[in-house]
Amino acid sequence: MKTDPKGVLTGSHYLDGDFACGEGAMAAGCRFVAGYPITPSTEVVERIANRFPLVGGTFIQMEDELASMAAVVGASWTGTKSMTVTSGPGFSLMMENIGLAAMMETPCVVVDVQRAGPSTGLPTMVGQGDVMQARWGSHGDYELIAMSPQSPQESFDLMIDAFNLSEEYRVPVIILMDECVGHMTEKVVIPPADEIEVTPRRLTEVAPDDFLPYQINGQLVPEFARAGDGYRFHTTGLTHDERGYPGMSVEAQDANVSRLVDKIRVNAGDIVRFDEADTEGADVVVVTYGITARVSRAAIDIARGEGVDVGSVRLVVVWPFPEQRIRELAASVKGFVVPEINLGQLVLEVERCVAGQAVVRSVPHSGGAVHDPQTIAAAIVEVAR
Amino acid sequence: MTVEARPDYAETVEHPMTPFLRMDRIPHVWCPGCGIGTVVRCFASALEKSGIDLDKVSVVSGIGCAGRTAGYLKLDGFHTAHGRAIPFATGLKLGRPELTVTVLSGDGDLVGIGGNHFIHAARRNLDLLVVLINNFTYGMTGGQNGPTTPLSARSSTMPFGNFETPFNLPHLAASSGAPYVARWTSLHVRRLTWSIEEALERKGFRFIEVVAPCPVLYLRLNKLGDGVQRMRYYHDEAEIRNGADPGDAAIDFQGKILCGVFVDEERPTYQELMDEHYGNVLGDDYVPMPLEGGMLGGG
Ligand SMILES: Cc1ncc(C[n+]2csc(CCOP(=O)(O)OP(=O)(O)O)c2C)c(N)n1
Repeated sequence: MKTDPKGVLTGSHYLDGDFACGEGAMAAGCRFVAGYPITPSTEVVERIANRFPLVGGTFIQMEDELASMAAVVGASWTGTKSMTVTSGPGFSLMMENIGLAAMMETPCVVVDVQRAGPSTGLPTMVGQGDVMQARWGSHGDYELIAMSPQSPQESFDLMIDAFNLSEEYRVPVIILMDECVGHMTEKVVIPPADEIEVTPRRLTEVAPDDFLPYQINGQLVPEFARAGDGYRFHTTGLTHDERGYPGMSVEAQDANVSRLVDKIRVNAGDIVRFDEADTEGADVVVVTYGITARVSRAAIDIARGEGVDVGSVRLVVVWPFPEQRIRELAASVKGFVVPEINLGQLVLEVERCVAGQAVVRSVPHSGGAVHDPQTIAAAIVEVAR
Repeated sequence: MTVEARPDYAETVEHPMTPFLRMDRIPHVWCPGCGIGTVVRCFASALEKSGIDLDKVSVVSGIGCAGRTAGYLKLDGFHTAHGRAIPFATGLKLGRPELTVTVLSGDGDLVGIGGNHFIHAARRNLDLLVVLINNFTYGMTGGQNGPTTPLSARSSTMPFGNFETPFNLPHLAASSGAPYVARWTSLHVRRLTWSIEEALERKGFRFIEVVAPCPVLYLRLNKLGDGVQRMRYYHDEAEIRNGADPGDAAIDFQGKILCGVFVDEERPTYQELMDEHYGNVLGDDYVPMPLEGGMLGGG
């Protein structure tokens, strides 16, 4: 369906990534936000606090990020599209209820504007150290989706996709932004509302007496009943059966958790998204995401100047990871270069997929700044030789 | 009980609260003599008496024995994470303002791990009815010390007796701003039912503490007898004083249990304050969250 024009600030704007993210959420139909202030993400909720009273949304500043995430999960059970926004230390606190959202299969969006960690780290300075946390941060087995914008425009655009994917698969979707993109100001074009397609909550049409909240009827994603519609359903963070009732057995665990994982793994081909350029005949492929993708462009130019044939894969969706494509490329290239503003996280995933078929070179950075393109270029040239 | 042989009798033996319970989940997990079932019963009776539209009532619990209540009530029921029932309920209420949102959970859950949420929800006067079942211990995990364990009482993690000062919960709730604050024991079945019913008619952060026995852990570790003996203690030591100063409601080991409705005031709720404020500041530009939820249809 088309989105509600109330939330859409159609036109050309000069916005930073955080503001663009807030606008993207509103355009996507988000109408509930709970958050707790933390640099460099706060501008997202400030934007929303400013605009929500005009568009029929409710923002509440909670007492901490545990509460923010719990409130988002609760609000989503009313059918109201919901999200929270944070940075590293708050992201850590959200892990408990991200797990609850995954277990209850609650659509929601979590924006993490990454700063350098661990702990309080460098509050105002960039990092990309939460990539693995986004994937593995809550305990137990589950799958979710994570996306990483490289510009304010993409911060806007990906919010629409994030909300839509969260509805389609009933999972939390993480936006792995970073301080540079969050605080970078660029032109952002917001389309008219009738050009913004949004996925509505997949509300069941089964009568309350016949409805089971986790019955899947051969699909991987169950239909939804929202609180207050007379379904009188039960849901729990405990392992549960189709009725949403606790099922304390190996069989119940296997059925429940396998499906949580399968609904993403089986559909990974539809979810993965990346920009691939110049990989045909390339000797080296640079794998990047977020702000580092833009820095790497300068590095690729330098390396080309030195005669190296370089291609690139920029991850728009970071999780699920494009395993198959990396595996295919590994058969034809000399090596991969993986610059990240961390000491080597996503490079592990590249290595796993390459499985020894080619060289994999991490270009680490401990955080606080983007890479010097020369460093990345030097790694590209080295791998090419 | 076999009922087939006596169909006329079968009708009369059905528990009167059956329409409010998930009978397909019975037997429940609670131990003999536990007070939680009594609270669920009183809660269901209060719902029945109130005549409220049950389709619009949600019940939210955290984790623990008391946290299992949401799983037995035939309402939209949410069994959430340990300590997070109140913020989860906050999202439900703000996401669909027409809902009646209730929280039933334990003392460890709501004021131990969830204590920060508790005081802030009271401060904001969020429109939530919170029933806290206080068994003086962490029951589900095996009788550890909790934020309500009386001084000198034994728990599995204070085997030589508790030396930490417990919370006085009515005082905590009242001083955090709750407009309705009451305490009963699980012996006070009628008063508790009536109090829940009264609280359902009020608005804002309504807090009812119910002191309830945990025979298997708290009573056993303290050699206090069984559930029935506990009822005798409640009978002898509960003192009902409506309007009493909640500051006087602290509970000593085997001491007096002050009961009653301590606070019953009117104070604008979070949502009322929000609507009024934005209405004043923004005038006709203010678009409140629709009662049935936000942007459910498209443009
Ligand atoms: C984050 C987290 N920490 C610890 C636990 C273990 N745990 C389960 S129930 C519980 C105590 C519950 O106590 P209370 O709220 O008093 O309820 P009761 O079982 O006594 O009714 C604890 C600590 C948990 N489930 N989650």
